[in-house]
Amino acid sequence: MVRISRRTAIKSALFGGAVAVGATTASATESVEPPADARGLLYDATLCIGCKACVTACKDANGLPADTAGPHGLWDRPDDLNAKTKNIIKLYRSGDTTSFVKRQCMHCVDPACVGACMMGALKKREYGIVSWDGSKCVGCRYCQIACPYNIPKFEWEMAGFYNPKIVKCELCRHRLAEGRDPACTEVCPRHAVIYGTREELLKEAHRRIAANPTLYQPNVYGEHDGGGTQVLYLSHVPFDKLGLPALGGESAAATTRKVQGTIYKGFVAPVALYGVLATIVSRNQRRAGEEGERS
Amino acid sequence: MQSRRDFVRLCTMAAAAIGLGPAAAEQFVQAAEKGRKPSVLWLQFQECTGCTESLLRTSHPAIDDLILDLISLDYHETLFAAAGHQAEAALKSAMRDNAGKYICIVEGAIPTKENGIYCMIGGRTAIEIVNDVAAHAGAIIAIGSCASWGGVPSADPNPTGASPAHDILKGKTVVNIPGCPANPYNLLGTVLQYATYGTLPALDAEGRPKFAYGQTVHEHCPRRAHFDAGRFAEKYGDEAHRNGYCLYKIGCKGPVTYANCSVQHFGDVDGAWPIGIGHPCFGCTEKGVGFTIPMHQTVDIIRPTGPSTYPPIVQPQGTVSPIATGVAGLIVGGLAGAGYMASKKLNTLPTDASGTEKPEV
Amino acid sequence: MSRSETLEPVGGPLWTRPMQVLTALFLAGIAVTLYRFVMGIGAIANLNDGYAWGAWKPISVIVFTSMASGGYATALLLYVFNRRKYAAVSRTAILTSALGYTTGVIVLGIDIGRPWNFWRIVNPGWWNFHSVLLEVAVCISTYIIFLWLEMAHPLLEGAGQSGQWSFRELARRLTPALDSAYPFIVAMAIVLPTMHQSSLGSLFLLAGVRVHPFWQTPLVPLLFLFSCYVMGYAFVVLTSLLSSLAWRRPLEMEALTSLSRVMSSIVAAFVLVRLGDLAWRGQLTRLSVDGWSLLFYAELLLLAVPAVLSFGLDRHASPQKLFLLAASTLLGGSLYRLDTSLVAFMPGAQWRYFPSVLEMLVTIGFAALAVMGYIAIVKRFPILPGVRHAGAHA
Repeated sequence: MVRISRRTAIKSALFGGAVAVGATTASATESVEPPADARGLLYDATLCIGCKACVTACKDANGLPADTAGPHGLWDRPDDLNAKTKNIIKLYRSGDTTSFVKRQCMHCVDPACVGACMMGALKKREYGIVSWDGSKCVGCRYCQIACPYNIPKFEWEMAGFYNPKIVKCELCRHRLAEGRDPACTEVCPRHAVIYGTREELLKEAHRRIAANPTLYQPNVYGEHDGGGTQVLYLSHVPFDKLGLPALGGESAAATTRKVQGTIYKGFVAPVALYGVLATIVSRNQRRAGEEGERS
Repeated sequence: MQSRRDFVRLCTMAAAAIGLGPAAAEQFVQAAEKGRKPSVLWLQFQECTGCTESLLRTSHPAIDDLILDLISLDYHETLFAAAGHQAEAALKSAMRDNAGKYICIVEGAIPTKENGIYCMIGGRTAIEIVNDVAAHAGAIIAIGSCASWGGVPSADPNPTGASPAHDILKGKTVVNIPGCPANPYNLLGTVLQYATYGTLPALDAEGRPKFAYGQTVHEHCPRRAHFDAGRFAEKYGDEAHRNGYCLYKIGCKGPVTYANCSVQHFGDVDGAWPIGIGHPCFGCTEKGVGFTIPMHQTVDIIRPTGPSTYPPIVQPQGTVSPIATGVAGLIVGGLAGAGYMASKKLNTLPTDASGTEKPEV
Repeated sequence: MSRSETLEPVGGPLWTRPMQVLTALFLAGIAVTLYRFVMGIGAIANLNDGYAWGAWKPISVIVFTSMASGGYATALLLYVFNRRKYAAVSRTAILTSALGYTTGVIVLGIDIGRPWNFWRIVNPGWWNFHSVLLEVAVCISTYIIFLWLEMAHPLLEGAGQSGQWSFRELARRLTPALDSAYPFIVAMAIVLPTMHQSSLGSLFLLAGVRVHPFWQTPLVPLLFLFSCYVMGYAFVVLTSLLSSLAWRRPLEMEALTSLSRVMSSIVAAFVLVRLGDLAWRGQLTRLSVDGWSLLFYAELLLLAVPAVLSFGLDRHASPQKLFLLAASTLLGGSLYRLDTSLVAFMPGAQWRYFPSVLEMLVTIGFAALAVMGYIAIVKRFPILPGVRHAGAHA
C-alpha cells in the first residue's frame, strides 16, 4: 500500500507540472505594453515608388558592403535581407496589382528574438529599439528560429577572422544619438517611410485610412499583430501578400512565458522534485543494501 | 586681325567648352588684352602625334584662334614652320624670354634605358630636354596617356624603358591629362585657367584635373540604363550590340575609368567616342587599365549600385544538392540494412551465459 | 537466474578493424571542423538564414541526446521505482548517455557561431531568465558533469582492478565518498534531464506559426519528455542487444523484455496525448494524405505498432523481434523530434535546405567518437554483466 502511494506521488511530481500546462494556459496574463519612449517607422506602400534610395542610404549609414551575389555579379542586388542588407525593397505583382514593400526589423513590442536570446545580446534598448550587443552573443541563432518575420541575419561567410555577427536594422540608433533621423526616412522622396513615436505614427496611420478608406486596407499592420510592433505598415493590398505573416494578437514570446512560467513558477517544481527524488533514491538504496546483506 | 566682339565670342565659347560661365570668358578677354597670352612650349617624344591631331580638330574655339589669339605657341615640332637649328633657337629664346611663366606641355613617353638614347632631338636625349625645359616652366602638363602613364611605348615588355613625365620630373607638379588621345578640351581648360588666374585646377591623387576626371565613364554613360536593366551585348554584332546595349561584358572599362569621355565627346562630333560607336571603353585614362588589362577582359565594379529590378516577396534561397541527398539516403539505407542483418544474427545468440567465443569487435 | 550478477570488462584488443574505421570517420569530422573554424560555417554547411539551425542541432542535440536519455530513463526505473533487475543494463545506459551528451555538446560548440562567448553562461547575473535555450544550455552543461559523476563508479571500479597502485589507491579513497553522495547525484541526474528534455520541446513554442500546427502545441514539453523516455529505453535495448552480438555475450532478455513493455506503455501515453492534443486544437480534421499528414502517420505507426506488439512480449520472445520493435520505436521518436525541430519548421516559402555532405561528416564524425568511446570503455571497465564460464551454471 505504501508502495502504491509513493509511486503515485512520484508520478504526479514528474508529470504534474507538465500536464498542468494544458490546463492553465488561460490563467497567466503575459502581454506586454510598448515602452513609453517607443519610436518606430510608418511605411505606406501606397506612396512608395520603389526608387531604393532607402536601400542605398541604409548601406551607407550602416557601413554595409555591397551584395553582388545576384546574376552577373555586377550589382548591389540582394535577394532578401541578409548579413549585408538591413533594409530592402521588394515587389509584389499579381496581374495588374502591384505594390512595393520595404522590409526591415519590425522592432516588436514583445520580440521573440529577445525572449530567445540566452544572455541578452538582443534586447530592447533606448526607444524600444531591438539592438544587438556582440559581446553577449554566442551565435546560437535561436533568434533566427524565433523571429516570425525572418529578420535577424547571420554572417555565414568569413570576413577576416571568423567572428560572425547578427545583422539587423537597429533603427539607425547611432544616428538617433547624433540627433538625426533614420537614414531611410531622411532620403525617401515621397515620405513613404516616416519616423516618429509609435503613438504619433499610429495616429497618422489611422488618419490616412479614415481619409481614404477605399484605398487602404482597413487595419494598420503592427498595431496588434504578433503582440504589436514599432514599425507599422499601411497598404492597398492584403498584408500577407507583402510577406507580412498573419500572427494573431499574442506574441510567441508571451505564449512561451505562459507555458514555461507555469512549469517553473518560482522554480518550486524542480526543487521539490529534487527533494522528493533524493529522499526516495536514498531510501531505496539503503533498502537494497540491507537486502543485499540479508541474502 | 579680328574684332574685339569676335574675340569675346571666342572666349565665351572656350569657357563654355570647359564648363565655365560668361564671367570667366570676360576674364579670359581681359587677361589676353593685358598681353598675358601664355607662352606654350610643346615637347614631343615617344608619341604618335594623336594628341596634337586631336587638338587640331577642336572648333570651339578652332585651333587657329587658339594658337593665334589665346596662347602663344612658341615651340611645337608638328605645327612649326621652322626646322633644325632655327627651331632649337626659337625654343631657347622662348625659354629665356618667359622664364618661370611659360607652360611646358609634354606629349609622349620618355625612354630611360641606355641613358635615354632611344629618343634624341638636336643631339640631346628626351630626358635632358624635358629636364631643361621643365626647370624654368611655370606649369608642366603631360598630355596623353604616354606622357601621363607611359602609354603604348611602355606596354610590356617596354624595351626602351618608356616612362611618364612625372617619373622624370620628380618633385615637380605635373598635371596629367591622360587619354589616347587626350580630350583637347581638358587641355584647353587647364591652359586657360593658368593663363587667366595663374593657378592650376584641383588635381586628384593621380595628378588629373578633377573637373574632367572626377567621375567614371560609367557614371554618365549613355548606355547606363541598359547596364542597370541587365541588357548586355555578348559579342560584336549580336542583336544586343546592334540595339546599343551595354558593352560591359565585351570588356568595357568604363566602371573603373575616371574620365569625362561620356559627356565630352571627340572632334566636336556628337557620339564620336569609343562607346558611342559601339566599342567598349579601353581605359586609356586610367593607369594600369588601358595598355595593361586585355581589351576584352571585364573589370570589377568599384561601388556596385542597385539594378532597376526588384526581388519578389518570395525569392527561392538555399541549396539542396542531389549528392548530399544521395549520401544521406545511403547512410539511412546502410544503417537500416546493417540493423536488419544484425537483428537476424541475434537469434543465433544464447540467451543465458555460455558463450565464450572470441569477441568480434 | 541465468544472468550473472557481476559486471566485468569485456577485454580484448582495442585497435580492431571497426575502431580503425571509426577513427577515420572521426578524423574526417575533425578536419571539417577545423576548416569551419577558419573559413566560417557557410564554407562547409548549407545552413542559411531561413533554416538557421539546419540539421546539427536537431540531429546531434535534439535527437541524439534523446537517444542518450537511457541513463535518465533507466535511473528512474532502477532508483525511483526500485526495479533492481534493470541494474544489468543501467551502466550501459549511463555510459551511452554520458557519451551521447558529451559529443552532442561538442557538436553544439561547432554549430554556434561565437563559442568563445559561451563562458559567460557561468554568471547567472547575465542570464535572460525568459530564454528557454538558456535553461537547456545550463541544464545540459550541468547534466554532463553529473553523468560523468555517475560514470565515476564503474571507472573507479576499473581503476581499482588496475595494475597501477596509484589508481587502486585513488579508487579505494574515492569510492566511499562517492557511495554516500550517490543518491544525491542520481536525484540531480533525474531532475536536470526532466527539465531540459521537456524544454528542448518548449524551444519551438517561440517559433509560433513557423512550426506546422500538427507539431506546434503548448503540450510540446510533455511530448518531448515522453519521447525521450521512449527513445532512451529503445536505445538501451538496441545497445544491449548489439553489445551481446558484438562480443558473443548472453542476451539480457529478462531486463530487455520488461524494458520494452515499459517503453510501450509510455508510447501509449504519448500517442494518447498527441491525438488528444490534435483533437483539442481542432487539427485532427485537417489530417489528409498530404506530406504533413503522411509524416504524422509515419511517426504514429513507427511508435504505435511496436507498442501494441510489445505488450504481448514474454521472456521467450525472439531477440530479433525485440530488436526490430526497439528500432522502430527509436525511429518513430527520432522522427517526431526531427519533424518538430526541422522538417515541420517553416521559415517561409522561399527557403530550401538539405545538409551538405561536409555537414553530415561533422555529425557522423562525433557519433563515431561516441561509439569508439563506448567500445573502449566497455572493453576496459566493468559496464556489461560478466560472462559466466561454461559449467558454472550447471
